[in-house]
Amino acid sequence: MALSTGLLRRGRPYLVGALTLALLVLVGCTTNEATYPQTTLAPKSDFTRLVDDLLQTTFFWAVLVFVLVEGGLLFAIWKFRGKPGDAEPKQVHGNVMLELVWTAIPTLILVAIAIPTVKTIFQTSASPTAPEVEIEVIGHQWWWEYRYPALGVVAANEMHVPVGKTISLKMWSADVIHSFWSPQLAAKRDVFPQGPRFQKVNPLWFRADTTGDFSGQCAEFCGIQHARMGLRVIVQTEAEFDAWVAQQRIGSPLVNGGVVAPATDSTGAPVAPDSLMAVGAQTFQAAGCIACHAMVGTPLAGTTALMGPNLSHFGSRRSFGANMYLNTPENLANWLRDPQAMKEGSKMVLPRPLTEDEITTLVAYLRAHQ
Amino acid sequence: MSTVAHAAHPETTTGIDSRKVAIWAFIGSECLFFATLISTYLVYKGKSITGPLPADIFEIPLVTFGTAVLLFSSFFVVLALNGAQQGNRKKLIGWLTLTVICGLFFVGMQVYEFQHFYHKGLGLSTNLFGSSFYLLTGFHGTHVTLGLIWLSTVLVEAIRGRVPPQKAMNLEIAALYWHFVDVVWIVIFPVVYLMR
Amino acid sequence: MASSVLDHSHAPPAAKTGLWSWLTTVDHKRIGILYGASAFFFFLLGGLEALVIRLQLSRPENTLVSPDFYNQLFTMHGTSMIFLAVMPMSAMFFNYFIPLQIGARDVAFPRLNAFSYWVFLLGGLFINASFLFNAAPNAGWFGYANLTSPQYSPGPNTDFWFLGLQILGVASIAAAVNFFVTIVNMRAPGMTLLRMPMFVWMSFITQILLLLAFPVITVALVYLMFDRHFGTNFFIPGGGGDPVLWQHLFWIFGHPEVYILILPAFGVVSEVLPVFARKPLFGYTAMVFSGAFIAFLGFGVWSHHMFSTGMGPYSDAFFSLTTMLIAIPTGVKIFNWIGTIWGGSIQMRTPMYFALGFIAMFIIGGLSGVMHASPPADLQQTDTYFIVAHFHYVLFGGSIFALTAGAYYWWPKMFGRMLNESLGKVHFWLMFIGFNLTFAPMHILGLNGMPRRTYTYPEGLGFEMWNMVETVGSFVIALSMLVFLYNMIKSRNSAPAPADPWHGATLEWAIPSPPPEFNFAEIPTVASSMPVWDARRAAGGQLPEPAFHDGSGIHMPNPSIKPLIVAVGMFIMMISIMFTHADWPWWAMSLAGLAVMLYGIFSWAFEPAG
Repeated sequence: MALSTGLLRRGRPYLVGALTLALLVLVGCTTNEATYPQTTLAPKSDFTRLVDDLLQTTFFWAVLVFVLVEGGLLFAIWKFRGKPGDAEPKQVHGNVMLELVWTAIPTLILVAIAIPTVKTIFQTSASPTAPEVEIEVIGHQWWWEYRYPALGVVAANEMHVPVGKTISLKMWSADVIHSFWSPQLAAKRDVFPQGPRFQKVNPLWFRADTTGDFSGQCAEFCGIQHARMGLRVIVQTEAEFDAWVAQQRIGSPLVNGGVVAPATDSTGAPVAPDSLMAVGAQTFQAAGCIACHAMVGTPLAGTTALMGPNLSHFGSRRSFGANMYLNTPENLANWLRDPQAMKEGSKMVLPRPLTEDEITTLVAYLRAHQ
Repeated sequence: MSTVAHAAHPETTTGIDSRKVAIWAFIGSECLFFATLISTYLVYKGKSITGPLPADIFEIPLVTFGTAVLLFSSFFVVLALNGAQQGNRKKLIGWLTLTVICGLFFVGMQVYEFQHFYHKGLGLSTNLFGSSFYLLTGFHGTHVTLGLIWLSTVLVEAIRGRVPPQKAMNLEIAALYWHFVDVVWIVIFPVVYLMR
Repeated sequence: MASSVLDHSHAPPAAKTGLWSWLTTVDHKRIGILYGASAFFFFLLGGLEALVIRLQLSRPENTLVSPDFYNQLFTMHGTSMIFLAVMPMSAMFFNYFIPLQIGARDVAFPRLNAFSYWVFLLGGLFINASFLFNAAPNAGWFGYANLTSPQYSPGPNTDFWFLGLQILGVASIAAAVNFFVTIVNMRAPGMTLLRMPMFVWMSFITQILLLLAFPVITVALVYLMFDRHFGTNFFIPGGGGDPVLWQHLFWIFGHPEVYILILPAFGVVSEVLPVFARKPLFGYTAMVFSGAFIAFLGFGVWSHHMFSTGMGPYSDAFFSLTTMLIAIPTGVKIFNWIGTIWGGSIQMRTPMYFALGFIAMFIIGGLSGVMHASPPADLQQTDTYFIVAHFHYVLFGGSIFALTAGAYYWWPKMFGRMLNESLGKVHFWLMFIGFNLTFAPMHILGLNGMPRRTYTYPEGLGFEMWNMVETVGSFVIALSMLVFLYNMIKSRNSAPAPADPWHGATLEWAIPSPPPEFNFAEIPTVASSMPVWDARRAAGGQLPEPAFHDGSGIHMPNPSIKPLIVAVGMFIMMISIMFTHADWPWWAMSLAGLAVMLYGIFSWAFEPAG
């Protein structure tokens, strides 16, 4: 449908463009956590709310300036369109007053952004005065390790925390620079490898307001599988969290050096000689898993210095491969068959291919470790 | 060095020879180059995990003497330039030769120093001090060496009688570069050798 | 020294056609065209890399390319677009138009100019040659330590990267010295600094930035080379080094680098708008000072790239404030551009479409930049697609749109033919729509949790639809490039262009299209920043075509092969580092290169310039 007058026809492409842009902005802002589980626009903790407030402020001013300036530009293009036979326009060179005004106004707007910015910088940089749960976060190529020193827990990729309590994270890396990003709970900070003269441990803190399951990812390019270095923070009620801790302590390297009473499994139950647990443990060692993974009931259960995550409570995890694959028998079997096919370049290089029997056993064995 | 010039030097907007403006622009850039090297040296000062450390191996008297020699060479090149501008061939050749000798002495001192440090256990990758020291002073020494090649070329041309007053600019820009290399050393010497 | 100053009349006349004439050219216009053609080639390569990236990301869990190849693609895309496309495209315009706009016959050092080009070409070919070994750089265009250390990047990929950049850096610094001196010292009589065209001003400030910023990355790359090949620990924590030092050094270079990328674009737009609005640039002096202020401040904002590294509240606050401060002169420029077209008689021709499109897109990019300037907010935005959106709006929507405006504007002057207007408009609309389709949704994806530099993304995070839209958009951009290419090729058959097809204000429009080798038959005298408008007004509105002059009595510099020789020697010397682990002495190659280089330098120094 052709808009009839020349004026509207000339302005139409710009109008369409402006409307499209406005639409995109609106669509982008009406975010839905169900659509975007990893969105930064649905803060669920005090820390991310602080950050989000600042985003709202800067966004407001950005949209206002955009509408005014872009609008001014489009208006000028429309209004001063040259026509054939136009006389030479007035040869204006400038206007000092205008220069002052359009320097002063942006300055004021920036001051309006700067004040809450500086305030929030100091708030988000401060360490929490009364942290209730302290967690060490260690980035590895390409998975996350969590240690709860006071609680004696060593976990991987899925961080459990109690709701409504102040969590204090102390973060570093075992190899290259990574970045711990939990969009809804903690925003992000980089994690650095340590050295004799370089000991930069970065803090983050948050107090989650609701229970739930929150996805995140590494946010600093860290090599071939940066894209698959996800993470998950699981916010639980205090009771659930305490139960999780109690379970995780069994066989934890931080508790009794990972040693459990002989012939007990990760839930503390006794292990019969021909049971899955016993046979599984043998297979685990025969297949060479023990070289990189600590596992309750096997030698090296107490070490935290191996290349891969501690698998003592693997069965209790909802995902593996750093929050990339759901912990189902099928996914796990595929992984054990050929981890490089799923996460090429990962450090999990099998010493030898596993037989199908070994895979079946290991899948059951690992998933039984709650 | 020859330029777009022909019989009469073309006028420039500033009245300054373009090659001179060029060497100043280049020197400006080189300031940032050395500033980065010096800053890194300072950032890593005192952070080495193992020795040897500066106090263990520096020979301050020798380096002080070398510094003085380098400083004098800047003075000598000014005298040489003066000679070139006056058309005094003897003055030009004499002072320029002395400049080059002083420069050679300085480089020789640095070579001796590096070798001495190496024998005392300070290699390039031994510690942060070794790495940052060798790169900083090594780059400076390389600049001195290039300056010496440049000055020697002018000297050879002077001896062949090809540096009349109209060509004095060739020496002037080489001398400017030489002064810069000197000034960099005036910063390096106290920062690296004297500061504790 | 140069004994043959009087001898050039006996020198054989230089050939004007053929390969040798191009290899030995010292003519700034030819060198400009060489830069332009090479830049456009690398731009298409970088664009191809982008298309493959977009295809890979069009679906979640896609397996079009391997993870490592994807990492090579995004690293090379960034590196190519910055160092091999935008910078040399700007260099094309510096080369061709700075001498013309200041009324000079050539640059201050024509052979140095040729040298810069050959070094650039060798560097660009070298870094792309890495693809032949499936070893293209793969640690990002910013190469963060300690990922780039020998332990975590054992292959030759990162060696190609740092060596390529080091080679390109030499080209940039040499060219910067040249243009700095040219602008300072070769202006026509009457052309005071405050009468220079705005393109020359922005280019002048850019040369200063190049001179001051590149040495910093030169040192950083040297340190990286020593860490990788000679056992040092500048950036390796195990040996006492500090990986954050790399970030500081890189960004002290890197931030001024982005102003190097945008200021020439600002200059081009400041040329195009007045001509096509038929009134002078609004606020000339304010534009000069805001440009200078941006450049100066640009050295004080670098750590805004490091807000997630945990520098502490005082550093965060300082860099946040300086970053906000730099928005002020940038805003001033945008307002002055709007002021230029306000009250004008806007001629909607292709160059003007791109110039106006530039302003529209740059406003968006600038505003998202202000949003990043707040460190706590940036803790969500950094390393996500929100940042990717920002810098594409300022670098593509900004620099590329503006440089395209320049291409259409100056095409008739360079090639003596007009580009087709209708095709130009098709190019614009396709590029504008494609660009916005590709990059606008990235704002949404970034704020909704999609990190950057990822070869794939899982299902179920909601990223599918917008990624597909972006992929479609990227192919629309590709289509627009085909239109552009077709237009360029077709223009060879269009009618010859007059000296001044657009009624331009600056000196390049006073000479034939294309100009003769010597540019001006007589060096003009100017009395304002718009000398050709002055002349046109004085002549009652009509200017005749400039008269033909055969160039007799005008001495131009002789062509020379020495710049190429020195470039090749230096190149060989530098790439010998690739072979430190070979079983033959790599330093022999280095010495051989040095020898060729020294031979080249000495024969350059002693040959007659003409």
